[in-house]
Amino acid sequence: MLIELHNIHKTYDNGQPLHVLKGIDLGIEQGEFVSIMGASGSGKSTLLNILGILDNYDEGEYWLDGKLIKNLSEKEAAHYRNQMIGFVFQSFNLINFKTAVENVELPLYYQGFGRKKRNELAMRYLEHFGLAEWATHYPNELSGGQKQRVAIARALITNPRILLADEPTGALDSKTSVEVMNLLTDLNRTEKVTIIVVTHESGVANCTDKIIHIKDGIIGETTMNEQHKASVFGTSTIMK
Amino acid sequence: MKDLLAEIWESIRRNKLRTALTGFAVAWGIFMLIVLLGAGNGLMNAFNQQGEQFASNTMVVYGGVTSQPANGYEAGRYIQLNNNDISITQSALFSENVDEVGATMYSGPYVLVLNGRHVSTYLVGCYPNMKNMNKIELICGRFINPLDMQMERKSLVLSASHASQLLNGGEDYESLLGKSVSFGGNSWMVVGVYKTDKSAQRVEEYVPMPTLQVLTNELNRVGQINFSFHGLATEEDNNQFEARYRAAINKAHKAAPDDQSSIWIWNRFTQNMQMNKGTSILRKALWVLGILTLIGGIVGVSNIMLITVKERTREFGVRKAIGASPWEIMKLILAESVSITAFFGYVGMFLGMVACEVMKMTVGQSSVEFFGESIRLFVNPTVGLDVAIGVTIVLVIAGTLAGLSPAMKAAKIRPIQALNET
Ligand SMILES: Nc1ncnc2c1ncn2[C@@H]1O[C@H](COP(=O)(O)OP(=O)(O)OP(=O)(O)O)[C@@H](O)[C@H]1O
Ligand SMILES: [Mg+2]
Repeated sequence: MLIELHNIHKTYDNGQPLHVLKGIDLGIEQGEFVSIMGASGSGKSTLLNILGILDNYDEGEYWLDGKLIKNLSEKEAAHYRNQMIGFVFQSFNLINFKTAVENVELPLYYQGFGRKKRNELAMRYLEHFGLAEWATHYPNELSGGQKQRVAIARALITNPRILLADEPTGALDSKTSVEVMNLLTDLNRTEKVTIIVVTHESGVANCTDKIIHIKDGIIGETTMNEQHKASVFGTSTIMK
Repeated sequence: MKDLLAEIWESIRRNKLRTALTGFAVAWGIFMLIVLLGAGNGLMNAFNQQGEQFASNTMVVYGGVTSQPANGYEAGRYIQLNNNDISITQSALFSENVDEVGATMYSGPYVLVLNGRHVSTYLVGCYPNMKNMNKIELICGRFINPLDMQMERKSLVLSASHASQLLNGGEDYESLLGKSVSFGGNSWMVVGVYKTDKSAQRVEEYVPMPTLQVLTNELNRVGQINFSFHGLATEEDNNQFEARYRAAINKAHKAAPDDQSSIWIWNRFTQNMQMNKGTSILRKALWVLGILTLIGGIVGVSNIMLITVKERTREFGVRKAIGASPWEIMKLILAESVSITAFFGYVGMFLGMVACEVMKMTVGQSSVEFFGESIRLFVNPTVGLDVAIGVTIVLVIAGTLAGLSPAMKAAKIRPIQALNET
């Protein structure tokens, strides 16, 4: 198992305690392509942030590639994030005073790569995603789809074990959403990257092989979706 | 390193105006520090130069006016030093501390005639110790010697500036030695010529004091008694010695032993001690003043860095999410803070040194007349390399301090909170 969650609890306490995750048990194998669905406020992002070591949990155990991820120092957390995890956000979170290629390079900088090597590798990823000619453009000169592809390139450049995406198509139109999902599918098929996508769009979920439903802070049903027929809108479209 | 510099440059470039404004505060602080230290050094150098004219372990004693009635005399009696006072000073009473004793008396003006030329001057009757007391440098010949004293010879040591007025064209000072100078119907022999400084004091000629006492027919008049001493290390020692000395002289003149104004004692040693204390206080005060000004700059830099951190919260969150450690984030802020502080600090230091050079060329060259003596108030008002190094250290520390709290704030940013911010 690449990822194992045992009885994970998370409570937010801003004056009034809010018990969001109430005992999550989950296992994800190397190379899986999974989506997490659920109503707004059901705790999807909370779960994904815990998986990405961006947030801590109160109770239970989280094993990542055989390591217990619990009570890490900020430095250790940064190290694991850098080495094992790629994160893609709904709002891209590119650094807007850096060019596309500089954004993609950044995780390598924190791994201690030299300037030349970083640039070479980043350019290769951008080329792969058809963004070579946009390399020296700043984020505000790119379309939403282009920005998300840059963000995915940035998430993948360190060769992470898992790619976590929180509503990666949330800010994109349906055509671009299809492009991005095709790209993720392709990565999963050819590069064998483990991908977990949070979404509440059934069309997006339909692209994945397994759909995990989360309800009231616990895992509800899990749908196997190898046939990609879960979408009520058809197999190759994403309705907005 | 290069990448870090690129990041800093990027950040500064995006906030040019803000950076320049705070940088100005730092530059101003360092500028003030340098100018103040330079001016302080100028004052102290002038002090020291003044002090260097005299041997430092000496006392000079003058007659004064009594302030208390004693032995049937009213207060307000004028005390005239005399030959007996010299004997007291030389006596076993003080021999433990007193080395060479001398005395002087002034007389004049006289018109000296030589080679058919003449100058008007005052004569100083003195002892051989005068040479060391006032650090007199001879150009040629010798100074007054014990034999002159003993035999009451009419020996004369000329000042260079007067000697040059008495010289025949084409001759040098040496030619004056052994020549006789006449004044008051007497004939005196030139035994030496001493160096005079153009900026220095009024110029006078030296003769043996006993001879001058005879000439003026004041056999028992003494103007000042002066002596060098040893073995008085502390201010306390000096005060005790002075009290003892004062009592002895006062007794000889039938004044109250503790009368403070019957004679005046000018102790160059304790005076130097006080001056050194004063200059070190002055120097410290200048550093404190300069550093206070600098702190204003530091607070400015600290503020700008805090604003930067607030503005870049989301960016730092992203950096952390993709693997930046807290230290990496701290490094960004600290390096930026040190860079701004150091860069503008050096600008300030450079301008401060230019200002010091300007001071050196203007007020540093001028002197004021003070009781007939020309005194330079500023001598070489600049700062040395040691200060430049000191300032560099101060700047790096200041920059680090300024950046420390913002940097820690940045390092503590939780990625999840930063990313939730809009
Ligand atoms: N930092 C926080 N502090 C307090 N409450 C929070 C915090 N983050 C999320 N919550 C609350 O926790 C609950 C779950 O939030 P979460 O973001 O995980 O939901 P979600 O399933 O991702 O919803 P959506 O589909 O709208 O993104 C919500 O009620 C939310 O208000
Ligand atoms: Mg969410």
